[in-house]
Amino acid sequence: MKELSLHILDIAQNSVKANASLIQISIDEDTAADTLRITVADNGCGMDKELLQRVRDPFTTTRTTRKVGMGIPLMEMAAVGCGGSLDIQSQVGVGTTLCAVFGLSHIDRAPVGDMPGTMSVLVSGSPQIDFVYTHTVDGASFTFDTREIRTVLEDVPLDTPEVANWIQSYVQEGLDSLQTL
Amino acid sequence: MKSLAELQAIKNRVSQQVSLRQDREDGIRVVIGMATCGIAAGARPVMSAFMDEITKRGLADVTVTQTGCIGMCRLEPIVEVFMPGEEKVTYIHMNPEKVSRIVAEHIINKRPVAEFTIGAANE
Repeated sequence: MKELSLHILDIAQNSVKANASLIQISIDEDTAADTLRITVADNGCGMDKELLQRVRDPFTTTRTTRKVGMGIPLMEMAAVGCGGSLDIQSQVGVGTTLCAVFGLSHIDRAPVGDMPGTMSVLVSGSPQIDFVYTHTVDGASFTFDTREIRTVLEDVPLDTPEVANWIQSYVQEGLDSLQTL
Repeated sequence: MKSLAELQAIKNRVSQQVSLRQDREDGIRVVIGMATCGIAAGARPVMSAFMDEITKRGLADVTVTQTGCIGMCRLEPIVEVFMPGEEKVTYIHMNPEKVSRIVAEHIINKRPVAEFTIGAANE
């Protein structure tokens, strides 16, 4: 994966498959601590202890079309490769929280990349799910929340192409105002 | 600056089309593989390009959706186009540049772009 935003898109699909109704994504850039922390938290079905232990193994997957599942192992590799780590907490019936920490200034850290694209694709791919995305840079933050969008749209579905384009521009402008690193 | 007021304007404009869309069972479906393999190969910009092109051309009867791994990871990004009454067409090794041709030639003019399909790759 060339961008951290692609890892986020991929990991959030796990939450979608876990039947979450709310997926909260946050990126927290902290210059003083020199860390970039990505959290993806959902209220989906969760995993039992046994699955939770196996989930970093690339040969663990719930899919049936092939025998490998690379999403979590790839993200862990990216985090560990720049002095960070990946942690997953999960409870059956409650949900799952994945937290990956990256060395912010590490030379091998991939750029955050196109988060507006990731959010637009996530929302239009799962219009029935609510997404909250918070991006924080040294305390200043921008939040995108589909629950807010829904009150404006009413009966218009979130996967309408025009809405997807609006989301992309809206998130882009929000991030520009933060002057993302 | 993108505002919620602008979103409201989109809502008002689209509302009527939506009821139209729900009534029609003969809509065109574009399905994009969005599992790890698809994402790593570049499915996200392909999906954005479809959304963009469909908005630009004001195509109300086309829906863009996602699916997981189709099982041919080496051919990703994969896009399947379902036209009512036609057989499914599978496009492989997609990129945003190919999208405008598929929208113009296949979705609008009903002629699949043979050279981008999985059939062409197998020959």
